[in-house]
Amino acid sequence: MKQLLILSGKGGTGKTTLAGAFIKLAKAKAYADCDVDAPNLHLVMEQSVAPKRTDYYGLPKAVINTDQCLQCDLCRQNCRFEAINVNHEYKVDYYSCEGCGVCEIICPENAISLKPAVAGELVLYADETVFSTARLKMGSGTSGMLVTEVKKQMNLVAKDAELAIIDGSPGIGCPVIASLSGVDMVLIVAEPSISGISDMERIIKTAEQFQTRVAVCINKYDTNLVNTEKIESFCKKINLPVAGRIPFDSNAVKAINSALSIIDIDCTSGRAAREVFAKTVEFLFSKS
Amino acid sequence: MKIAVLSGKGGTGKTLVSVNLAVAAKEAVYIDCDVEEPNGHLFFEPKPIGSEQIVIKIPVVDEKLCNGCRKCVEFCKFNALAYINNKLIVFDEVCHSCGGCMLFCPEKALAEKEKMIGEVQYGVSENVTVVTGILNIGEASGIPIIKNLLNYAKGEQAITFIDCPPGSACIVMESIKDADYCILVAEPTFF
Amino acid sequence: MKIAMPVNDKSMESCVGNTFGRTSYFLVYDTETKESIFVDNSAAASQGGAGIKAAQTVVDSQVEALITPQCGENAAKVIQASNIKIYKIINDSIQDNINAFKHGELSLLEKIHGGFHGHGGK
Repeated sequence: MKQLLILSGKGGTGKTTLAGAFIKLAKAKAYADCDVDAPNLHLVMEQSVAPKRTDYYGLPKAVINTDQCLQCDLCRQNCRFEAINVNHEYKVDYYSCEGCGVCEIICPENAISLKPAVAGELVLYADETVFSTARLKMGSGTSGMLVTEVKKQMNLVAKDAELAIIDGSPGIGCPVIASLSGVDMVLIVAEPSISGISDMERIIKTAEQFQTRVAVCINKYDTNLVNTEKIESFCKKINLPVAGRIPFDSNAVKAINSALSIIDIDCTSGRAAREVFAKTVEFLFSKS
Repeated sequence: MKIAVLSGKGGTGKTLVSVNLAVAAKEAVYIDCDVEEPNGHLFFEPKPIGSEQIVIKIPVVDEKLCNGCRKCVEFCKFNALAYINNKLIVFDEVCHSCGGCMLFCPEKALAEKEKMIGEVQYGVSENVTVVTGILNIGEASGIPIIKNLLNYAKGEQAITFIDCPPGSACIVMESIKDADYCILVAEPTFF
Repeated sequence: MKIAMPVNDKSMESCVGNTFGRTSYFLVYDTETKESIFVDNSAAASQGGAGIKAAQTVVDSQVEALITPQCGENAAKVIQASNIKIYKIINDSIQDNINAFKHGELSLLEKIHGGFHGHGGK
């Protein structure tokens, strides 16, 4: 199976819109939404089957049994994550606790134990095509692990799919690193804005650190032609293939708001997306 | 007063809103907590005043003291330690810096060294103090940087704007921890 | 000589697991006595650093070779520090791989994938 991951660094450059278009163009048998913080792909990809939902357990979190607690303060003094709050009684801050287990061992009264905590939900739609997605509970850490689970869930059911398309999350941190694992190529959706260029450079460096092949496309390219050319010459300089340009298109917004893909309607961005798709597939299946 | 600017979806204009609010407020502090992709400074182009390296603590073993009891290997919930060929190996990038291994080593064979994960830069742009956190590429968690960034808001008289990362995960919760108000930047799309 | 292999089930008829760090079990096989032991991989459920912990399990079972479809950077560091050779599987049959190993037909695993910072493998 070839895996294509769509990333951008900066948010809102059009990852999900393009992913939706690619899935339809490729008639992909397998696809996944790895933006577990704010999943949106399910909004554009209508499903006919009911999903299978599984609880996702993140890191276990410490829980203090206040009946046993003598308020010796050792747990608070030794917690590196400032996760122990004192307000009449000792309590663990759910969001700060990383489940390291220091407090559990240091407590002389054995009043603290690590308990599994539901950190989100895995969702799997499977009929002829497989769509794997998830939703992280607000404020939970370990989103990287959930991303790994989303991909694992897809790979398990869709072993024989020729091509899998994965919608990534913004940023360069833990969920992005997790989504990079095992993919054959990353397509970066860049935007010709000051922020867009700076973020693109950082995400390219991240992908290269994991020795993943990278191609770039420029969305809303006509909003700033000077910056578009800057991106293209930057890519040329470091030898990255450019898969094309997509214009800003008010029809794209209309398509999204009626839960359609940009390739479902006749519009300039849809036509450009078809060309970007053809180029990307060419890069993906080429040898080097 | 501290105001955090956030949105679930990326690219809705958090930076646009928070940068301009800071400028409009005349006297203000602007803190960029989007340490994975900090952009606010690109618009302020602040005159740099200083910077601070952000380090986390990573264990180092004194091989003369280690007797191979493996208590640390068993303790570590993140599997950052392995005991191979009568030697303890530490995997820096897997370590969460909880300090447990050092704390519970019966031979006191573990100490800590510092590892740099990013930087906080501060400067001024007219009447705005601009504080930016930058996570080194390849590092997984920016939380220690955000913790340091928010120190710049403590005891500050001027109004502080906190430009948050997108999403709703742990880094966002950390960024808004001390905020008095949150402004949510929404976008009229289906997403 | 003792060798280890990630496997999906506690049976010689089961197949080779497709990951290293998060495989369900390890088969520890003695090529001389033909004795097979199945070891639980306690790392399978861990949040991060699964490869490191799994590698520790393999090292502790005192094998001289590991036969696996893939292996991450961190795990390889642990395995190689103990002078265990890492070979690449030829297919997913346990027996085929054992036979190939005996006949010296396996090649060393060359492609060690970059570490994924404790976020698990493929």
